[in-house]
Amino acid sequence: MGSYILRRLVQGLLILLLATILVFFIMRLMPGDPLLLYMSTQDIGTLTTEQMEALRHQYGLDKTLPEQYISWLGGVLRGDLGKSIYYRMEVISLVKQRMPITINLGIEAFILSSLLGIFFGVICAVRRATWIDTVFTILANLGITVPTFWVGILLIYFFSLKLGLLPTTGYVSPIKDFGASIRHSIMPVFCLSLFSIAALTRQTRSSMLEIVSQDYIRTAWAKGLSEKIIIIRHQLKNALIPVITMLGMQVAMIFGGSVIIETVFNIPGMGRLLTTSVFQHDFPVIQAGTLIMASVIVLSNLLVDISYGWFDPRIRYG
Amino acid sequence: MSKESLTHQDTITTSPDEVVSLTTQVKHRGEIRRIIRVFFGRKIAVFGLFITVILVITAIFAPWLAPHNPYKMNMGEELLPPNSKFLLGTDSLGRDTLSRIIYGSRTSLIIGLGATLIAALVGQTLGMIAGMYSGKVFTIIMRLNDTVMTIPMLLLALVIASVLGGGIKNVIIALGIGMIPGHCRLMCGQVLSLRENDYILAGRAIGVGSIRMMVRHILPNAFPPLVVLTTIGLGTTILAEAGLSFLGIGIEPPICAWGSMINDGYRYLMTNPVLAFAPGLAIMLVVFGVNMVGDGLRDALDPRLRGII
Repeated sequence: MGSYILRRLVQGLLILLLATILVFFIMRLMPGDPLLLYMSTQDIGTLTTEQMEALRHQYGLDKTLPEQYISWLGGVLRGDLGKSIYYRMEVISLVKQRMPITINLGIEAFILSSLLGIFFGVICAVRRATWIDTVFTILANLGITVPTFWVGILLIYFFSLKLGLLPTTGYVSPIKDFGASIRHSIMPVFCLSLFSIAALTRQTRSSMLEIVSQDYIRTAWAKGLSEKIIIIRHQLKNALIPVITMLGMQVAMIFGGSVIIETVFNIPGMGRLLTTSVFQHDFPVIQAGTLIMASVIVLSNLLVDISYGWFDPRIRYG
Repeated sequence: MSKESLTHQDTITTSPDEVVSLTTQVKHRGEIRRIIRVFFGRKIAVFGLFITVILVITAIFAPWLAPHNPYKMNMGEELLPPNSKFLLGTDSLGRDTLSRIIYGSRTSLIIGLGATLIAALVGQTLGMIAGMYSGKVFTIIMRLNDTVMTIPMLLLALVIASVLGGGIKNVIIALGIGMIPGHCRLMCGQVLSLRENDYILAGRAIGVGSIRMMVRHILPNAFPPLVVLTTIGLGTTILAEAGLSFLGIGIEPPICAWGSMINDGYRYLMTNPVLAFAPGLAIMLVVFGVNMVGDGLRDALDPRLRGII
C-alpha cells in the first residue's frame, strides 16, 4: 500500500510537470511581444530601444523559452510563482487571497453534491419505476444539460431581485460574518454543485440497479435482513465503486465550474482571477493558476484510487 | 458428366459461402432492426431525436424561419418586452431576440459538430494507436492524455481560445482539443479489450497487417460506444461553447451565440429578463435532446455502457 501511494505520487508529480510545460508553451505561442504586456501604452512610445532591452533582461524575457521555463520552475519550487503583470503584485500573495474563497465554496459544493447525489440516486433505485424515480430521473437529466451560469442568473432574478431574500452577488468570509457568508454562498454553491448532483444521481441509480439482481442481495433478503441494512450495507457499499470514480471527476467539474460561476456571482476567487488573467494575457497568473488547479485534481484522483481499496477489499495494490 | 449435374454440383459447392454471407446479412439486418426497435421504444429518446432534428432544421433554414433580420438594430425599440411584433422582445440595441436565438442555433451546431469531429478523429486515432502498439507509444500517448485531463476542460479551452484569438474556427479548435482525452481513453480501452478476442488472434495468425486489422476488424467492433460518446460529446461541446461565449471569449459581437446573449441579458435583468431567460432555455432544450439521443443509442447499441459514458 505504502509503495503504491509513493509510486502514484511520483506519477502525479510527473503529470503536473507535463501540465506546466504544456501551459507554459501554449501561453508563449501567443502572438506579440510579451514585454509589451508589462508596459502601458505611454511607456511604449517613450522608451528607447536600450531601455526596452534592459526591461527585457529584467523580466528574463531575453532568455530562450526552455531557459525561461526552467527558471520559472525553479521559482515555483522555492515558492515564488512570479509577478502578475496586471495586478503588479506577487502571484503567490494573489493566490493566498483568492484560493481560500474558491476552496471554501468548492468544499461546500463537493459535500452538498456527494450527499444529495448519492441520496437521490439511492431513493430512485429503491423506489424504482414509481413517480419519485421518474421525477428525480428527469430532474437529473435536466441537471446535466442546463447551463449552470444561466441557473445562477435565474436564481438571482427570483431570489434576489424579485423576492429580495438573498444578496445578489459578492462574497463574505465565514470567519468574519457567518450568517452573511451563508446567505452569500447559498446560490453560488448550489450552481457549482448542480451538475455534480445530477451526474451522481444518475450514476448511483444505475449502479444500484445493476447490483439489485446479484445473488448476494437475494441471499441477504432470504436471510431476513432488514431493508435498511440490505440497501446500505450490501447494495450501496458495492454500488459505490463507480460512484467514487465519478466523485473524483466532480472535483474537476466543480473547480472548472468556478471559472464561470465566480464570474456570475462576482466572487473574488481563483476562477474569477483566471478569467480576468486570460483577458489581460497575464501569463504568470495563468501558469500558476492552472498549476494549482491541476494539483488539486491530481491529488483528488490519488485519493479516489486509494479509497477504492477501503470500499472494495478485493482490490489490492500491487 | 452431364450439364445438369454440373450445375447441380455448382449450386451445392458454392452455396456454403452464400449461406454464410446470407446468414450474416440476415443477422446484421436483424441486429439493426433490434437497435431501431429499442431506440424508438424509448419515448424520451424519440423526444430527444425530435428536438435534435428541429435544431438541425432551424440551423439550416434560419434565414427563412427568423421573423426579422437578427443584426438589424431598431432605433427606439430597445429592450422591449415580448409583444406581437417581436415575439420575445428586443435587446439593448433593438434587435429581435427570437431571430437572434434562431440564428444562434447555427453557431451552436457548427461549433458543436466541428469540435466534436476534431475530438473524435484525433482522440480516437490516438487511442487506437496507443492500444495497438502498447509499450512506449502507449505510455507516451496515455501520459499526455492524463496531462490534458488534469486541466479543467473549460479552463483549457479558455486559455487556448485566448491564445488563438476569436472567431468560430478558433473556438472549434479550442473546444476540440479539450474534448480529445475522453475519446482517446475510451478508444484505447476498447482496443485493449478487443485485442484479446480470438478473431484478432486468428487474423494475426494468417498475417493481417496492423493497419488493416485496425480498420477492418477493430474499428467496426469498437463502433457502438464511440457513436454514443460522440453524440453525448456534441451536447457537452454545445454547453461548453455557451460557457465560453458567456465569458465573452471567442464569438465576435455581431454573430449570434446563445451564451453571449445570456451575458447581454444579465446586464438588463431588471428591465427585460426574457433577454437572459430565452437563450438559456434554448441551450437546455437542445443539450437535453442531444443527450437523450445519446442515452437511447447507448441502451440500443450497448447497454453495458450504462454509467460509463
